[in-house]
Amino acid sequence: MSQEQVQNDNKVMTKKLFVVVIIMVAFGFAMVPLYDVFCQITGLNGKVNGLAVYEEQEPDMSREIKIQFMTINKGDMPWDFRPVQTEIKVHPGKEYEVLFAVKNRTGKKMIGQAIPSFSPNLTAQYFNKTECFCFNQQILAAGESEEMPMRFFVDKDIPERYDTITLAYTLHNVTPEDDQIASK
Amino acid sequence: MSLFRKMALFVASFSALLLSGCGDDIKYNMREGVTEISREVYELHMIAIWVCVIIGIITFGVMFYSMFAHRKSKNPNPAKFSHSTVVEIIWTAIPFIILIALAVPAIGLLIKMEDASDSELTVMVKGYQWKWEYKYIDGDDNLANDVRFFSNLDQASRDMSRNAGSGFSGVKIEDENYLLEVDNPLVIPVNKKVRFLVTSDDVIHSFWVPDFSVKKDAIPGFINEVWAKVDEPGTYRGVCAELCGQDHGFMPIVVKVLPQDEYDAWYAEKVAEAEAGPDLNERTMSQLMAEGEAAYNTYCKACHMENGQGSGPFPSLVGTEMVTGEGSLTKHIDTVLNGVPGTAMQAFGNQLTEAEIAAIITYERNAWGNDTGDIVQPQEIHDIKNGGGE
Amino acid sequence: MADHKPKGISRWLFTTNHKDIGTMYLVFSFIMFLVGGAMAMVIRAELFQPGLQFVEPDFFNQMTTMHGLVMVFGAVMPATVGLANWLIPMMIGAPDMALPRMNNWSFWILPAAFGLLLSTLFMEGGAPNFGWTFYAPLSTTYGPESTDFFIFAIHLMGISSIMGAINVIVTVFNMRAPGMTLMKMPMFVWTWLITAFLLVMVMPVLAGAVTMMLTDRNFGTSFFDAAGGGDPVLFQHVFWFFGHPEVYIMILPAFGIASAIIPTFARKKLFGYSSMVYATASIAFLSFIVWAHHMFTVGMPVKGELFFMIATMLIAVPTGVKVFNWIATMWRGSITYETPMLYALAFVILFTIGGFSGVMLALTPVDWQYHDTYFVVAHFHYVLFPGAIFGTMAAVYYWLPKWTGRMYDEKLAKWHFWLSIVFVNLTFFPMHFSGLAGMQRRVPDYAIMFSDFNMMSSIGAFGLGLMQLLFAWILIKVCILEKGEKATDRVWEDAEGLEFTHLPSPAPYHTFDTPPKID
Repeated sequence: MSQEQVQNDNKVMTKKLFVVVIIMVAFGFAMVPLYDVFCQITGLNGKVNGLAVYEEQEPDMSREIKIQFMTINKGDMPWDFRPVQTEIKVHPGKEYEVLFAVKNRTGKKMIGQAIPSFSPNLTAQYFNKTECFCFNQQILAAGESEEMPMRFFVDKDIPERYDTITLAYTLHNVTPEDDQIASK
Repeated sequence: MSLFRKMALFVASFSALLLSGCGDDIKYNMREGVTEISREVYELHMIAIWVCVIIGIITFGVMFYSMFAHRKSKNPNPAKFSHSTVVEIIWTAIPFIILIALAVPAIGLLIKMEDASDSELTVMVKGYQWKWEYKYIDGDDNLANDVRFFSNLDQASRDMSRNAGSGFSGVKIEDENYLLEVDNPLVIPVNKKVRFLVTSDDVIHSFWVPDFSVKKDAIPGFINEVWAKVDEPGTYRGVCAELCGQDHGFMPIVVKVLPQDEYDAWYAEKVAEAEAGPDLNERTMSQLMAEGEAAYNTYCKACHMENGQGSGPFPSLVGTEMVTGEGSLTKHIDTVLNGVPGTAMQAFGNQLTEAEIAAIITYERNAWGNDTGDIVQPQEIHDIKNGGGE
Repeated sequence: MADHKPKGISRWLFTTNHKDIGTMYLVFSFIMFLVGGAMAMVIRAELFQPGLQFVEPDFFNQMTTMHGLVMVFGAVMPATVGLANWLIPMMIGAPDMALPRMNNWSFWILPAAFGLLLSTLFMEGGAPNFGWTFYAPLSTTYGPESTDFFIFAIHLMGISSIMGAINVIVTVFNMRAPGMTLMKMPMFVWTWLITAFLLVMVMPVLAGAVTMMLTDRNFGTSFFDAAGGGDPVLFQHVFWFFGHPEVYIMILPAFGIASAIIPTFARKKLFGYSSMVYATASIAFLSFIVWAHHMFTVGMPVKGELFFMIATMLIAVPTGVKVFNWIATMWRGSITYETPMLYALAFVILFTIGGFSGVMLALTPVDWQYHDTYFVVAHFHYVLFPGAIFGTMAAVYYWLPKWTGRMYDEKLAKWHFWLSIVFVNLTFFPMHFSGLAGMQRRVPDYAIMFSDFNMMSSIGAFGLGLMQLLFAWILIKVCILEKGEKATDRVWEDAEGLEFTHLPSPAPYHTFDTPPKID
């Protein structure tokens, strides 16, 4: 093999390898949506599909599942945030409505965003929300309070081993920074 | 020195090391713990160790024999073989079988550990930089009787740790609960399946109680569950296991396990405390300063330092605009109550009592030569919290 | 053929010679090894006794972070790249690396990257303090200002590693001498080829991870922030998808080194060459599907935990094959114990101990007790120090006479070995016990029940640190003072490989301009 031929081969191969590198960079970023898809299928981090539609159905009256509602404030979120009902018992297949109370006790307009999380985490896929405040941001004026509804039903095919579902909402402060400066 | 003398030395010193801890094996081995699960984990751990030791003895035994018997002075003509399919298949298959034998009990145990159903008590565990909060989920809708409290490293450990700092000749620490003691321990009843819902306020922490074989990451924005059914009353100590910033080593976990009746009494007392509502009595300057110093040292010192000078990204509180500036009091109270978004400054309004916040602010505005003379009473904080402020 | 070398500083700045570049890589990694070691000394001094003695907790965290980063990216990886540069062309009968100019760049990026990384120590707010695994959100929302410089430094290191790896792959595939078929290549070339593939596959993922961090910190994205719909656990998945293969990137070249040295001093061919190749390849493959075993405590579904546990345990099988093959190589050989052999044997034994604790860590239920304790610290230091670093030292002693034409001081080298082996075990073995007893990682202070083991570890660490100065002296004696007897062309009685059989000692500046004949 001649010198030139070797150098040519080297160039071709180097290019191929750089393509591999670029593909792997893309793969690194693709892990973000892949992870989301994985989480949606399994309900791993509470990120399940958006709104569900409740179809009239015969509830499974033989089973009763305890649903615990919890609220968590992120450290820099000064609002009051609590479930009005902390615990209810539900029959799979029946639709229920619960309320969450929120109050902005600061002197300025703020925006909050609630993010759900389930425990055991795999139960998320059986928990269908037909209406939820968590799909929108909450904008509250200074001192304003609100009771926010959440409607849901639990799938009838939830495995027997789950007797309790805990649904925790973490409230984050997503007020844009310049808003806060403006109001000060 | 020959290899064999060295190995003998190593083995001897190693066994001496083991023997030195004998009778007190908690110092060098995993503890058996006080739950059914933790004992099974311990057993699996011991099986794994012995499997490794036995394989090690056999493998290294053959190796050392070869090193000794096949050295050049004894075996000047090396053999010629360099391949044997049969042998190679055997030593691929045998580890495979051993691993399956190890995996089977591990799988069973894992499935058991992950089943938190039928729990009888739920406690929310929330990690903060650098403390824990415990909240008992009581299942009723009444907020006034909620039992929740913070658990901080005790003052004695803090003092010892900071005072030791002067080279090897520093204070010798002899307290066996050094760094393993808190002001308010978590209390749970014995023989009840307790479910912990673990989450975090800021960064990732990890809730670890070795005696329960419980370790779960506390992840901000998400909850994780883990459970324990303790069968012996006692006091059990753990730590935060995931690096969470500068005081990661200073946020222990203490769990007191009480017999049911004692637990009920303790819980009733806590409920009564909660129902009594916040203590809004008026205080004198000196009372506020004393209470403020104690609370400051527990909640603020880690970042703003004992002398208020701050460190790194944490601002100084000595003579700065926030504390001594004209008309700065409102902003100061607002900052402590509501935090500063996107920074490590938390919204303490959700965490501390009115009295603690009032005392801390008074202390900060008058200590270290700030001497503004401002006094903040718990009632004022209460009004600001409930009246929308401004 | 004229053995023409350019003179002066420009020789080193602009060189495209694989031997010069290899030398620079090795010198650089040794300097970084000492820098990272000095940080380890700070850590061990602080941990000598309970209580805070010397440094503030935040500075302690900066030290553990920088120690990890410097050792992984600055010491171990460049050392193996240096060896690859020196050895691969000589081993396969090539005149140089396939892409000599890229070779020069990939080295010279490194001092820039580490200058940047180390400069963060002097910045306002301090150096990165979130551990070498830089988990979000501690490194994003809560990271110090210098984190952005750290991210840029990681990018540079990634580019350097990727270019180095591409160079190795192209060299091995295109530059082999006629007759040097893939299955005739020395094991070192094989392990490095597989390492290079791992690098090309995972360094870009790391680059992606730090880029996401950068945009989270500065441009308002929220990949890892729950508030904006992200998830901090995602960071750990991306990081460990890189991080686990990275472990094998550090150790596979050492496997190759042991496979070169043990046959030489056992005077017997390597046992089961082809099974060694397949074992290495299967370790590399498995390393891609086990990453989540670093994160058993984050709350994965049981099925996920089971999968990662079993996949992890499977790695023990090909690793076991390698260890057994090395022992079989020695079996009925005719063994002598020169320093490279001693290091190679210590590597086999102590790496295996690290492998045992690895199997224990793979068992998910028990891992919950081990996770983030000193047991883990003991485990990965056993595979890295007496594993990867002893492997590199074995290689240096083994090939140094070929590189310089002089034998090192065997007596001093033996001292270096025996004292190192005592100290390395004194440092890291007690960590198993303190970890099992419940001491968590990355803390500047601890409860008094861990005092004894920590004091032992500290004493061992100081001794181990001192030993590396002895190593420096041994190298200076040979390389700079040019003392030591002349090495023969074969160097070792039964050394195999083109570099020993076809080239004089020292190896000339240009080798194999005409390819050697392979039979």
